[in-house]
Amino acid sequence: MNILQQVRTLVYKDIVLEWRSKHAINGILLYVVSTVFVCYQAFKSVDTLVWNALFWIILLFASINAISRSFIQESSYRQLYYYTIVNPRAIILAKIIYNSLVMVVLSTIAYAAYSITFKNPVGDPLLYILAVFLGSLSFASVFTMVSGISAKAGNNSTLMAILSFPVIIPLLIVLIKLSQNALSGLDRAISNGEIFVLLAINVITITISLLLFPYLWRD
Amino acid sequence: MRKSWWKILGLAMVAISIVAGLLGPVPVLPILHETIRNIYFHVPMWFAMITLYLISVIYSIKYLNSGKIEDDLLAVEAVNTGIIFCAMGLCTGMLWANITWGEPWPNDPKLNGSAIATLMYLAYLVLRNALEEEQKRAKISAIYNIFAFPVMVVLLYILPKMTDSLHPGSGGNGTFSDLDMNDQIRPIFYTAVIGWVLIGAWICSLRYRIRLIELKRNQID
Repeated sequence: MNILQQVRTLVYKDIVLEWRSKHAINGILLYVVSTVFVCYQAFKSVDTLVWNALFWIILLFASINAISRSFIQESSYRQLYYYTIVNPRAIILAKIIYNSLVMVVLSTIAYAAYSITFKNPVGDPLLYILAVFLGSLSFASVFTMVSGISAKAGNNSTLMAILSFPVIIPLLIVLIKLSQNALSGLDRAISNGEIFVLLAINVITITISLLLFPYLWRD
Repeated sequence: MRKSWWKILGLAMVAISIVAGLLGPVPVLPILHETIRNIYFHVPMWFAMITLYLISVIYSIKYLNSGKIEDDLLAVEAVNTGIIFCAMGLCTGMLWANITWGEPWPNDPKLNGSAIATLMYLAYLVLRNALEEEQKRAKISAIYNIFAFPVMVVLLYILPKMTDSLHPGSGGNGTFSDLDMNDQIRPIFYTAVIGWVLIGAWICSLRYRIRLIELKRNQID
């Protein structure tokens, strides 16, 4: 099997595993919806600046919770088995793709729940959805590698948070700026720079993950 | 003497930049006034910091390729020294900002960026403490170091250029060199930069050698 086939099989395996148990995905979806509801009870109504910031904070914590499990849900023996039969690059790439899919589902539901409870003041919904999509991709690509690192370091959740926050903050700054542009309904040409920077950071992080993961999995 | 010429050079350059920086002529500018002399102390800290972090990343890459524990020790000592320079850069910057911008911590992307970069390297040190086994600690922290470095470069050098910033050279502001830097400042400034980078490398190498001695003493023959 070449690497692309391996990636496809591994992503399929992850989806099937998740579909059989469903408890992880349901748990995280419930987490998002209840967080949105807690925020709604606390804030009742917010202005657009807070609306945007709150949405990204909810998404940030939900995604950390969702992705931090990605290397511990299977036993280390089974992972050893995967490493003997497939390329380690295929494993990290498959995890990134699978986590991106999870994040897209998660953020769609978060966005829907958030728009229903709080009123939706977005001026340019298409651009906002693009920002959310790019955000899910960025969260997935950064957190997958960091969760691999923290899984090797005994996997405590504090470590996951302190390792990933400094790396995600630059992305979050750009994301909040981009989505703020979309909220105000500014001309789309203004946001080109932000979109470009986000794509560039994603390409860089995925490339570095691919280069570094072969060193990480070997014990 | 043959081996330590660069240390003497570094000391001499820093000494020259302190004396000439405090006594030498400076252009008369509004707002900045005499505080412009801080450029000889504030900016070189960041140059020294980024040099040390770069050394750290290079040695982390070397460690992944060679597996020699010495490379890892140099990487961590470079980070330790870099954090000190970052703290000094923040302190001198806050003093300067208090006078020219009116408050020690204005909401400026470069300030926030450097604070976040510090968090990143502190997280690197926490990660090292979380791992007991030496080989594993060296490998995993090297991976995190390499993973975090490009993001830090984006944070410190690309994002501030995109947004409004108080710093020169950011957000459409002119750089310091075409605005205020004239021929009175320039030679002293470059002397200070090279001097502080050399001093930083010296401190780093001293700490590295202490770690080497500790390593040797802990080994069982």
